[in-house]
Amino acid sequence: MRPVIPYVTAALLFGLGVYGVLRRRNAVLVLMAVELMLNAVNLVLVTADTTVKAALPHSGQVFALFVIVLAAAEIGVGLAIVLQLYRLRASVTVDDVPLAEPAPAVTPAERPEGAVR
Amino acid sequence: MTGADVLLLALGAVAVGAGALVVATRHLVRAGLWLVVCLGALAGDYLVLTAELVAWVQVLIYVGAVVVLLLFAVMLTRAPIGPSDDLDRPGWAAALVGGGSGLGLAVLLIDAFRWSRVDLPAAGTAERLGEQVFRSWVLPFEVLSVLLLAALVGAIVLSRPDIGRRSADEGGRQ
Repeated sequence: MRPVIPYVTAALLFGLGVYGVLRRRNAVLVLMAVELMLNAVNLVLVTADTTVKAALPHSGQVFALFVIVLAAAEIGVGLAIVLQLYRLRASVTVDDVPLAEPAPAVTPAERPEGAVR
Repeated sequence: MTGADVLLLALGAVAVGAGALVVATRHLVRAGLWLVVCLGALAGDYLVLTAELVAWVQVLIYVGAVVVLLLFAVMLTRAPIGPSDDLDRPGWAAALVGGGSGLGLAVLLIDAFRWSRVDLPAAGTAERLGEQVFRSWVLPFEVLSVLLLAALVGAIVLSRPDIGRRSADEGGRQ
């Protein structure tokens, strides 16, 4: 097994994640890009587990499991924040938050098409 | 090139291609679906790298739970069905930073490992990993469980605005 192949895959995935976090305006898409970065780190950990002879066996895989748990916690809190922001401001763009309160009684059917993000 | 190398190359190409589509597509829902492809290919990578338990946990938690949560959030924020034009900022700086970090890390790792070859170790089955987790990594494991509890409570408090508002009102009256 050539370890350089998964390592390069992980590096490229991390770069894509950084690009997505900086490029995307929609908060949910930013969270997806963060997931890409976390998965790149997981791939590095699992690959390092096969290449490095550590004192404790399989510690890289144990760390990958821990990172997966952290990602689950992060996505739960992150989505709660995003949904709360949407409830308060009716928008999930990260670079352009409308500071005025949205009209209180707007139902989905009445919402103008332009306000949908 | 052995069979494992070919598999790793193919799965890595699928993962990177699907990842590029996640950050480039103009359909919100399709970004979540491409994320499934990317995470599934990574689970295949883990299987080839003998990390069996991590691969199945990846499928269960990432593909099963995290992506479903993300798709829920896409739906709850009333995402449009068709393509949207306002998903991206002007992106030369993002391309510079992202491409720079990705390609820089790739060059660094290629320089470190060249075309070297390692033998795959014994498979990381649930039995071996469980032994490690509960023998050497018990404290991080317990700390993580506390963190999960804190994240759960935090998500509940955040998504219920009446909790914070009532306490603020009482504080104002006193």
